[in-house]
Amino acid sequence: MANEGVDRRRRRFLVAATSVVGGAGVVAVATPFLASWKPSARAQAAGAPVEINVSQIEPGQRISVAWRGRPVWVVRRTPEMLELLPQIRDRLRDPDSEIATQQPTYAQNEHRSIRPDILVLIGICTHLGCSPAFRPEIGAPEVGSDWPGGWLCACHGSRFDMAGRVYRNVPAALNLQVPPYSFVSDDLIIVGEDADGGTA
Amino acid sequence: MKSLFALIVLAALLGAVSSAQAAGPSVPLDSVAIDVNNEASLQRGAHLFVNYCMGCHSAQFMRYNRVGRDLGLTENQVIRNMVFTTDEDGELVSSGSLMTNAMTRAYGNEAFGKAPPDLTLVARVRGTDWLYTFLRSFYRDESRPLGVNNVVFENVGMPHPLWELQGWQEKRKDADGTVHLDLLRAGTMSAPEYDRAIRDLVTFLSYLAEPIQADRQRIGIIVMLFLLVFLVLAYLLKKEYWKDVH
Amino acid sequence: MAGNSADKIQGGLLGWVDARFPLSQLWNDHLARYYTPRNFNFWYYFGSLALLVLVIQIVTGIFLTMFYKPDAELAFASVEYIMRDVEWGWLIRYMHSTGASFFFIVVYLHMFRALLYGSYKKPRELIWIFGVLIYVVLMAEAFMGYLLPWGQMSFWGAQVIVNLFATIPYIGPDLVTWIRGDFLISDATLNRFFALHVIALPLVLLLLVVSHIIALHEVGSNNPDGVEIKQNKDANGVPLDGIPFHPYYTVKDLVGVGVFFIAFFAVVFFAPEMGGYFLEHANFESADALATPEHIAPVWYFTSFYTVLRAVPDPFIGVLAMGAAVVILFFVPWLDRNPVKSVRYRSMAHRVNLIVFAITFIVLGYLGVQPVSSLYGELGLRFSTMYFLFFWLLWFHSRERSVVFSLLSFAVLVGLYSFYDMLRIESTDPALVMSLWLLPTLYLLATMVVPALVHDLRRDRPVPERVTA
Repeated sequence: MANEGVDRRRRRFLVAATSVVGGAGVVAVATPFLASWKPSARAQAAGAPVEINVSQIEPGQRISVAWRGRPVWVVRRTPEMLELLPQIRDRLRDPDSEIATQQPTYAQNEHRSIRPDILVLIGICTHLGCSPAFRPEIGAPEVGSDWPGGWLCACHGSRFDMAGRVYRNVPAALNLQVPPYSFVSDDLIIVGEDADGGTA
Repeated sequence: MKSLFALIVLAALLGAVSSAQAAGPSVPLDSVAIDVNNEASLQRGAHLFVNYCMGCHSAQFMRYNRVGRDLGLTENQVIRNMVFTTDEDGELVSSGSLMTNAMTRAYGNEAFGKAPPDLTLVARVRGTDWLYTFLRSFYRDESRPLGVNNVVFENVGMPHPLWELQGWQEKRKDADGTVHLDLLRAGTMSAPEYDRAIRDLVTFLSYLAEPIQADRQRIGIIVMLFLLVFLVLAYLLKKEYWKDVH
Repeated sequence: MAGNSADKIQGGLLGWVDARFPLSQLWNDHLARYYTPRNFNFWYYFGSLALLVLVIQIVTGIFLTMFYKPDAELAFASVEYIMRDVEWGWLIRYMHSTGASFFFIVVYLHMFRALLYGSYKKPRELIWIFGVLIYVVLMAEAFMGYLLPWGQMSFWGAQVIVNLFATIPYIGPDLVTWIRGDFLISDATLNRFFALHVIALPLVLLLLVVSHIIALHEVGSNNPDGVEIKQNKDANGVPLDGIPFHPYYTVKDLVGVGVFFIAFFAVVFFAPEMGGYFLEHANFESADALATPEHIAPVWYFTSFYTVLRAVPDPFIGVLAMGAAVVILFFVPWLDRNPVKSVRYRSMAHRVNLIVFAITFIVLGYLGVQPVSSLYGELGLRFSTMYFLFFWLLWFHSRERSVVFSLLSFAVLVGLYSFYDMLRIESTDPALVMSLWLLPTLYLLATMVVPALVHDLRRDRPVPERVTA
């Protein structure tokens, strides 16, 4: 074996070039395998946007609908409920919904909704994932006389107001999440799809 | 005694295997050139499929919205033109649903003697030439319960779903035994029009059996080019190192 | 100099690892200082390619199990789910199905290489035995895997093959019921075949492959000249005709990988069904215990042995013959006792024998996918005979035989199958029997009788001291 006269630069170049191209090949092959873990067409069909008719909801009433295996609450708030919202700001951790992950931009307002009366929330506590109980009565006895109505999580006592905003000094740190949704008509909302057709 | 029985079963199986293989369609198949990249043809085929086939047959492994996406249809077009199936509440199923139909197996068995088979993969089982010939080979046969027979699929249990388009054919045998089908009563389509419609339908069935086929060939070309580059580099690398040895 | 510095125990991470795990030693023993003959040719790509296909099958297989459902009610639909609903699932599935066929292509070429260059001979008998074991386990693996899509061919193929065990006297039928776990191929069968296919047999396969490679690296690779390179070493104990596996054969095998991938992915992307040979048409129809499909043939890699099975009228003897056709491979190292390894220095008679064997195997494979006709049946019988005669001839050419022994053997062998022909001539087409009788007879004439008369044809040539070129 003769080692003299070896063109080391050419050799280094070819090793590098082959490695780069081979490495690109490995990455290219790995991509489909990793992508196969994404939700399949079946999962996407099962998690497709759901339409909810809100015309039947009485003022102050809440209905619960499953979307992607999670409860979605729709509440038609009364004017009294809406009036209370600005009055309890100092008891809330994030009254202006500044944490952007918790709602689409079109729900980043005082009432956290597109239309003031219709509230849409994902009914999962942002602490450890229990589903909080709906306590709309003002001054509900087991919550306290100053309770303006909202949700109480039975698991660890987190409290949320009638816009799903979290109170201070409770285990949960984030407001309840508002899913992407839009109005198809006055009476029909579609959960899981923005007005511009984008899906979550 | 038991082993003797097993021997007979085995011999019968092997026999069945070998003799069955010799069996095939009694007429030569017409070959058809299809192009699964032809979106217009696929759309026409899909239209025929949902209107004439899906009353009885399902395509239970395929989703409506996949067909829509691949054939360039909008969500609304899919819902309006393709989805006729309803769920338990009587509402149209969603576009992400599988293309099943309302006919139950039990009803199919009762009505036709054998439930209409699912057609998702029929093009991969039978081949496109077979389908193309089969769908053009129905003829009147009063001896059959439905008054219809087919020269490709002897004593087929289905009616001629496209008779309005094709009209009715009659079977005639030449002296030398070759089979001819003569048009007895014209349908709404001329013979060339009908052949074209069937070609569209077969194109769609081929797509349906393997929706990825057009894409995989496109991807394949890129992969081949990439591998050629890799091969050239690997070859140069090998030659460079093997200068030591030679 | 390079060698000296590498000999030192290095510091750093590598040194830390080496003090606890022989990483550098493994690297050197099996790659950087595993000395390999410098004269490998085309035939020597297939070992590393077999390893590559094994990796492809394991990786794609693991991903398929994430989506596949081993349940008779769900299996077929879950495969179509992979093909349509899982992103890129079609690619993973096609790679696995194409990989199965390519595994056999590569392994068949790898085995033929061993026959060409006598790689099974002393001291490499165990490598060969491990190799044949791998081949047998691979066949079981492929067979069980073929049931999983739960199509018509899966079902009826398994039905036919499992029923072969029913031919075993006394215990056969009970054995078959036990294998199936039911009175027909059913959910129970599918479930256990799945377990065997995805975990039990792959474990055995991996163990055997590791043993195969350890045995190979213990004795060193053979080469196209059949010269033992370890017999000519330099002062440092390095074989004069040896070069380190890494980098020389790693870069060379990379070229093989490139060519292989082009062929492999051409099938995956442009012809995944391969005209019905890699994925059979009838298997796109869900399993139906009440309707046998029109065409049943085993997948192509089994068809050679299937022809041997069909060539024998008695089912049990047919099964034995088919089994013998595989088992006889284990005995090759002791059948061929000729000290000359490579076909390059073997007699013309041996060369002809090898070529006829390759043709025989291919013809048997072709016949196995064809429907039985009297011509094909008769051809199947003749070529099955020739398949077994090959092994007899391997032994026969272990050394130069005398003219008398050659002619006597010829007479006895021809007499044996001629006697069988006489017994059955009544029930068959005599012209066909007699014309095809010529096939094995000409084969024996060319490899035994003519060489017995022409000395040059049966004489082996001297093997060089060192490898050539």
